[in-house]
Amino acid sequence: MTTHPRQPRSPQLPRLLTSVEPTLDAHHQRFGALPEITKPELISALDAARLSGRGGAGFPSARKFASVRGAKPVVVANGAEGEPLSAKDAVLLMRAPHLVLDGLELAARAVAADKLYLYVPAHAAATVGRALGERRRARIDRHKPTVVEAPNTFIAGEESAVFSRIEGGPALPRDRTTVAAISGVRGRPTVVNNVETLAHIALIARFGPHWFRSVGDPDNPGSMLVTLSGALTKRGVFEVPTGALVSDLVERCGATDPKTVRAVLLGGYHGRWIAASAFDSTPVSGVGIVHALGRHECGLARTAAIADYLADQSARQCGPCRTGLPRLATLLTTLAYDSTDHTCVSEIRRLADLVDGRGACRHPDGTARLIRSALDTFSNDIEHHRHRRCESAVSAPPVKDERCSAKAATS
Amino acid sequence: MKSPARRQSRLHIDWTRCDGRGLCTELLPGVLARDPWGYPLTRDGSREPAIPAHDLGDAHAAVARCPRLALSLITSVPKTHRRGTLAT
Repeated sequence: MTTHPRQPRSPQLPRLLTSVEPTLDAHHQRFGALPEITKPELISALDAARLSGRGGAGFPSARKFASVRGAKPVVVANGAEGEPLSAKDAVLLMRAPHLVLDGLELAARAVAADKLYLYVPAHAAATVGRALGERRRARIDRHKPTVVEAPNTFIAGEESAVFSRIEGGPALPRDRTTVAAISGVRGRPTVVNNVETLAHIALIARFGPHWFRSVGDPDNPGSMLVTLSGALTKRGVFEVPTGALVSDLVERCGATDPKTVRAVLLGGYHGRWIAASAFDSTPVSGVGIVHALGRHECGLARTAAIADYLADQSARQCGPCRTGLPRLATLLTTLAYDSTDHTCVSEIRRLADLVDGRGACRHPDGTARLIRSALDTFSNDIEHHRHRRCESAVSAPPVKDERCSAKAATS
Repeated sequence: MKSPARRQSRLHIDWTRCDGRGLCTELLPGVLARDPWGYPLTRDGSREPAIPAHDLGDAHAAVARCPRLALSLITSVPKTHRRGTLAT
């Protein structure tokens, strides 16, 4: 690994979101030129850095590169962000496209890639296209990525949906019996990395694994991008150390008194609800999403609205998901607004177990996880609703129409 | 054909093809039950259930006779729980 003669200053925090403007000049001034790195060097650097994927699954990046087998590998930068509560990938692509493109080029060199793809939503395509133009004129890349537009659907970023879209088909998940590292795009060995992961790789190649590990959770070090939304004074995309506590994110980044927050949804629509009492003991994990539910909002009503959305976003290819998710959404709406009996909750649990793990992708699994966590986190609310009350109204004026008054806004 | 004694076979269901005709659940009652909608439900709760040696013949029959060609027998190591979410 070589460093640039200009010896750029290794950034502390923020690391990824430091660029003043998304130009190549500004990028080089800030971070220096792209270093040369071989596949063994890259894998050992990523291994030493203990970098894990930033798209949600958290798979160790070194292992991902090491497992690529076969001729003419393909590298994909995944910038699809169908999750309505996430904006971090789009913000990164708009503010620091060259970090992502550096990471993609490094990854391509390391695995001797034959084809490169940039899978990004329409609103990021122009910025990315400009950045690619700058790099072509400066002749810094040996590979030429193809930009493929990611549709704005929840499941468009799922790995097999990405392959299908790149091959010219619809962005729908498909059945798989082999891993992507052996058979991905057109049956070729394929490495898919989230765009944030690639940006971290660009920095690790420059400043080394020791620098990377100097912040964050020692077991899963570095920084991560987190999108804050909901009942917070400040919202948006923040770069925080991995392992940061929910309480810190709410208080420091969100500038909000945690007492005004009932719960947060951690990790987005496929994530889990965390009650306010656990904010101090829960680190951010998975995909960086913290969505706050205000004191006067109802978690059951919100979950019903999300389940409705997730049912609608099903690709409708797999029976249990196609049939089970709409039923779950209906039952959750009943639980949030009408139910006074005990059977509703047990029926929801039974159906959540029934859809879990029974699809070509993890959409039913993630939906089941969200719903189970809602039943656990809002168990008091379920009791209140049974008596035609709602916890969100306990500290507020009484609810007039005997219904939960919380608005089921989507963000 | 691979030796069933040495390599454990597992049943893979292509959920994008399956429409719950139920033939597999009749041929492999020890491995598959039926859910309320008619889709196969693995009795051990795994994504790709292991096929006991004495069921291997019926498993091959189920693969061959599935009207939707939704089944396959695989002998590779089980895929770990690779993906917690949709994104990579």
